[in-house]
Amino acid sequence: MNTGSTNTEQTVAVSVTVNGTPYVVDVPPRRLLSDALRHDLGLTGTHVGCEHGVCGACTVLVDGAPIRSCLVFAVSLDGTQITTVEGCCADDGEMGPVQQAFQDCHALQCGFCTPGFITLITGYLEDNPAPTPAEASEAIAGNLCRCTGYQNIVAAVQRAAELRRPVVEERASRSPGEDR
Amino acid sequence: MSTRLFGQRVPRSEDPRLVTGNGRYLDDLGHDALAAAFVRSPHAHARIGDVDVSDAVDVEGLVAVYTYEDLVSDQAEHGSRMAEALPLLIPHPTLTHGRTPYPLANGEVNHVGEAVVMVVAVDRYVAEDAAGRIHVDFEPLPAVVGIERARDGGRLVHEDVPGNVAAVMVQQTGDADAAVDAAPHSLELELEIERSASMPMEGKGVLARWDADDQSLLVHTSTQTSTSVRQAVAAKLALPVDRVEVVTPDVGGGFGVKIMHPWPEEVLVPWAARRLGRAVKWTEDRREHFVSSAHERGQLHRVRVGYDDEGRLLGLSVRFWHDHGAYIPYGLIVPIITSTQLLGPYKPGVYRVEFTSLYTNTVIVTPYRGAGRPQGCFVMERVMDAIAAERGIDRTVVRERNFIRPEEMPYDHHLVFQDGRALRYDSGDFPASLEKLRKLVGWDDFAAFREQARAEGRLVGIGLACYVEGTGVGPYEGGHVRVESDGTVVVSTGLTSQGQGHQTMLAQIVADELGVPFDRVRVTTGDTRRFKYAVGTFASRTAVMSGSAVAMTARRVREKAMRIAADALEASPEDLEIVDGQVRVKGTSPSGANVSIDLGTVAVLSNPLRYAFDDAARRATQFASPADPARAPISPGDAPGLEGTEYYSPTQSTFANGMHAVVVETDPDTCEIKILRYCVVHDCGTIVNPMILEGQIHGGVAQGVGGALYERMEYADDGQLLNASFMDFLMPYSTEVPTVEIDHLETPSPLNPLGVKGAGEAGVIPGSAAIASAIEDAEGFPIRRMPISPSELFHLRQEHQS
Ligand code: FES
Ligand code: FES
Repeated sequence: MNTGSTNTEQTVAVSVTVNGTPYVVDVPPRRLLSDALRHDLGLTGTHVGCEHGVCGACTVLVDGAPIRSCLVFAVSLDGTQITTVEGCCADDGEMGPVQQAFQDCHALQCGFCTPGFITLITGYLEDNPAPTPAEASEAIAGNLCRCTGYQNIVAAVQRAAELRRPVVEERASRSPGEDR
Repeated sequence: MSTRLFGQRVPRSEDPRLVTGNGRYLDDLGHDALAAAFVRSPHAHARIGDVDVSDAVDVEGLVAVYTYEDLVSDQAEHGSRMAEALPLLIPHPTLTHGRTPYPLANGEVNHVGEAVVMVVAVDRYVAEDAAGRIHVDFEPLPAVVGIERARDGGRLVHEDVPGNVAAVMVQQTGDADAAVDAAPHSLELELEIERSASMPMEGKGVLARWDADDQSLLVHTSTQTSTSVRQAVAAKLALPVDRVEVVTPDVGGGFGVKIMHPWPEEVLVPWAARRLGRAVKWTEDRREHFVSSAHERGQLHRVRVGYDDEGRLLGLSVRFWHDHGAYIPYGLIVPIITSTQLLGPYKPGVYRVEFTSLYTNTVIVTPYRGAGRPQGCFVMERVMDAIAAERGIDRTVVRERNFIRPEEMPYDHHLVFQDGRALRYDSGDFPASLEKLRKLVGWDDFAAFREQARAEGRLVGIGLACYVEGTGVGPYEGGHVRVESDGTVVVSTGLTSQGQGHQTMLAQIVADELGVPFDRVRVTTGDTRRFKYAVGTFASRTAVMSGSAVAMTARRVREKAMRIAADALEASPEDLEIVDGQVRVKGTSPSGANVSIDLGTVAVLSNPLRYAFDDAARRATQFASPADPARAPISPGDAPGLEGTEYYSPTQSTFANGMHAVVVETDPDTCEIKILRYCVVHDCGTIVNPMILEGQIHGGVAQGVGGALYERMEYADDGQLLNASFMDFLMPYSTEVPTVEIDHLETPSPLNPLGVKGAGEAGVIPGSAAIASAIEDAEGFPIRRMPISPSELFHLRQEHQS
């Protein structure tokens, strides 16, 4: 999809913070969040596998909670904080812990479903920093992958938990008393 | 020597890009392109009357509307071939009634989803607005759905195809029916597999840009074969081939459906881009993928088998009916594969197979991972289990008795395989593989487990299935390797990637052959600007074909490097080695001028034109020997640059094999079927990267489980696909896929320089067969039809109780 230039559909200004950067985008009321991210903001890491809310490829975090960006209109997100797969990188722009875990565990093949899993797992580990394999499998059981058979994705959840532990500990020591 | 990368679990070089959202899939490109949408037939079979676009024309942002008439006038005015039916890609003498679709329907539609009108607008929202306002008069015709209705021939899909029969093909090694009749024991079975589909997470998509200044077309398409799409687009648009380039971006899975080409959209989008002088893009949505791409697997088989007291096959006669949908652009590949690969690791006695390929008013059928093999494996393995049950012999023993022995390799079945060449197995040790599987799953201990489960009121069963997979089919694949002056090694091969880690796997091979570090090698696949001649990614052929091709090319480039370096170092080429990208005299340490020379510098020396643009060129001056005025700067037969191109073209396919064992539990009340264990023994020859290989097996098994327990195309009698969404077509999530336990056997192929056999499809092939075997074992009655749902199991239980 591309954004209409000669199209005079009425638009609405939406303020969102995506991956820490504030944006004001003018979008028609019917523009899906997935399309707004991909085509208005150029953040094509968020993928669209079904556009009917089943595959989870389009998962992003809104104020820390996973949502399917193909099922919401961008206008309804005014004032929110959104994290996409591009925002799951480490501070230095290198792979973040979940991303690194995906490479370590060979948890992706074609990579099309991967952004949805990475955002989902990033959000999940905030609340469940040390899941068992069964919990990890349950946690990802709403997202489809046609390539990997999931086994290595489950392993990547565990590995990510391991990799992010020092980061989390450091964060905790920097801001004691901060309640997540 | 640096450590060999071949055989190592090298992390994928693709991943850092893909996990950070920096992949570039089709819809990530061309943000300023116009968008195409299609009006598709809501009827399975209908004649097309008027197309009324008057409501659509005032949609603001609409750019163009095209119907078949526009293709006709384009053909008349510009000499294109857009109004002709799309090509029949793989003709066969027995395919007597081949019919293919037009890019836009010509007067008649033959399945729900067939494209009738193309709309181009400023974005997809607007294109769909306009498409929704176009009114097409359809005159519905009776639909032909399902093998039985197609076979009875009372209704026709195509008026000029009697009995809906596209092809009847027979292969035999003798009078199989006589052999069955003469055998001491015989059985007859009817076995059925339903439709599923490749269903990659990314659908198809095409982006075309016409450059009016250059009079050239650049097409990006989510395909498994860019080189052939290039030829097809050039032919359809009547453009010189050298004005068309096709690039495959990152592809979000293929599993076969993207080897089919050219799709209607693959010629229409470039055609519209050229007509409009603008970039045009189409991204398939999920519903479109369900109703206008391809399915596979639907087949009904009737088997007669004769065997001796020990359960050894004496004669096997198979008849089957293949539902290929509304058109047959990909030819008979799927049923030909079923009819040959059905034999698996066994000697069938006298064999006869006959298939009929039938038209129905449903989506076309083209290969889906496994391509006819899952059906063949299901048939043969059900036969093995039936014989075991009838004779009262252990199921592994019956199989063992019918195996081709390792000492019988190469084994010729005296049949013709999918590539038109001999069905001759090159390697494999089936008894050894079976022994590994028995150990891995604990076959002999299962009886105790069953007893224990029974005591707890639980029903469990164990099953197994064996297969042989022809992989690495020809005719060829090529590789190009060039060493740049900074020591970077750029590699390209024409076939494409859809997630198999080709960049990593091919880089491992080249790094080993050239003696350079892995991270100096950059691999490009599926870009016709880089490589013009290729076949495509299917039939588990990349490791065999492109792997061998890049290995051969790297060896050739290495020879040239040695020759040039020997000159510079005043040594003989035999005394040199390449370690970490440095050519040096064997056994010396890698430092010191005139003792070693890095490959980048060798690349500079290989080119007599040496402007000092970079450090490498400056470094090379120390090695420059005085020019011999009597000699041309480039000797005859030589070429500037440290590069080469080689093609690998085998005389026949390699044959990988494997065996799966499954333990299932069936719920006594709800009939839920749960997989407790899934074990795989796999022989794909030598292994380039075990991590990638295991990933391929995991993914294949997941698709096998989906095909066995969940996935089916639910067609109503009127040809409506009732479950055309991810909500209703059930693909397994993580909670449905068992942990896969894997053991490998490596019997190298003697046919190629690497000894590899290919592994892409393996995991999926025996899924339905093995799971059916296990359910049968748990329930005590035969399973003849897959997939199987809890409600079907419930009905079977009721049938067998009464
Ligand atoms: S694209 Fe949003 S759930 Fe599939
Ligand atoms: S990696 Fe291809 S769909 Fe998940």
